[in-house]
Amino acid sequence: MLIEKMVELKHRLIEYATLVEGMINKSIKGLLEKDENLLEDVIKREEPKANNYDREIDETCTAIIAQFEPVAKDLRTVVMILKMNKDLERMADHAVNISESSLFLIARPLVKPLDDVRSMAKTAALMLKDSIDAFVHENVALAKDVCDRDEIVDNMGDKILEDMASFIKEKSDGVRRSLHVMRIAHNLERVADISTNICEEVIYIVEGRDIKHHKAEEREAEHGPTI
Amino acid sequence: MEQSTIIQIKNANSFYGTKQILRNVTLNIPEKTVTALMGPSGCGKSTLIRCLNRMNDLIPRFRFEGTILYKGIDLYARDVDITDLRREIGMVFQKPNPFPKSIYENVAYGLKIQGLTDRELMDGIVEESLKKAALWEEVKDRLHESALSLSGGQQQRICIARALAVKPYVILFDEPCSALDPIATAKIEELITELKKNYTIIVVTHNTAQAARVSDFTAFLYLGDLIEFGPTAKIFTVPQDKRTEEYLTGKFG
Repeated sequence: MLIEKMVELKHRLIEYATLVEGMINKSIKGLLEKDENLLEDVIKREEPKANNYDREIDETCTAIIAQFEPVAKDLRTVVMILKMNKDLERMADHAVNISESSLFLIARPLVKPLDDVRSMAKTAALMLKDSIDAFVHENVALAKDVCDRDEIVDNMGDKILEDMASFIKEKSDGVRRSLHVMRIAHNLERVADISTNICEEVIYIVEGRDIKHHKAEEREAEHGPTI
Repeated sequence: MEQSTIIQIKNANSFYGTKQILRNVTLNIPEKTVTALMGPSGCGKSTLIRCLNRMNDLIPRFRFEGTILYKGIDLYARDVDITDLRREIGMVFQKPNPFPKSIYENVAYGLKIQGLTDRELMDGIVEESLKKAALWEEVKDRLHESALSLSGGQQQRICIARALAVKPYVILFDEPCSALDPIATAKIEELITELKKNYTIIVVTHNTAQAARVSDFTAFLYLGDLIEFGPTAKIFTVPQDKRTEEYLTGKFG
């Protein structure tokens, strides 16, 4: 029956999200601790696992729609899980990108200390964790909070980009390393972006409200028009 | 998950007089699952399900060719005792058909004709069967009232309890919900899902949505041919035959 299928589907998505969260954390840990094994693990062992989840969840959602004709919240949940599935698949790819660049970087001297990358990764990873929690507990307040944090990560990314640009200007022998640090920052920024997508999807499941392109309007409604 | 086969249908052909109904149907029914037989009117789905406990034998000029093995035993062999067969392969019909007797007598009927006289044992089986049919709570205080006083959905569950009382392995449902309202239908569907843990269920339905909801495997029949058989999730998402696709998307039938 539909109820059991929905419970199963949600569990499967949570498992998948937990796997992807672990991949992101490992890719950064591998960089900061220069642990090649962790990075190889993400690329060789976990990414194929993520692909299996992606395929399975796609199939399950399609079968639920075909067999049980879900409506209202059930329908919103199935359709949003399809999107989250795509989100997580992208995020797993970002973990792989980060791992690849990390493998390049840990074999070479640092261009500069990775403190900025560390704190950017921490913020982005927490956004991902909170977006999963928001889904599990259908916590709209937490979901909104995650969306508000997106800008912080964007700013951190911009700062890393600036730093690397000036580094490249000063030292021509560090171009490739700088580009890899930038690539990691860019991928972390995407992790944050996708976490906000997941949160928007959670809000749609719980409240049936689409907040995707309404951020400015919403702020206006809450705080009054900006002058 | 690999299920073992409980019923093997091999090259089943059936005729009413000279008119051929089933054409070379070959199909394995997996144990303890729900298999739905669907297709437009006249496709042979009811004829096929009725072959499984030889209900068609009662129809004059009916003829069956082929083999149906139930737990490896040929159902159409000469020495098969039809009464024993129907105890193991029970049936629930389109319209609820309780006997004009009390609720208790309806459920105990099969046991009595089997010669059971131990009252205590019988009480136990009646209660157990009504519980399995999700009806006990509704009727436990009125077991001796007429079964005909119950609603349509309840009457259908009485018929299910009656089938369960003789401890079958397989239960055949021939359009079990077509005379019921949506709420009673939902209850029967829920019950079918529950029963498959212990019984093999075969459901005939022309309601594709019902086949999709309740079954694990689906067979699509058209003009007496078995067009396609497979896991329900697969049949309803990526059917392999163009005719299945067209039937499901409402192009015919």
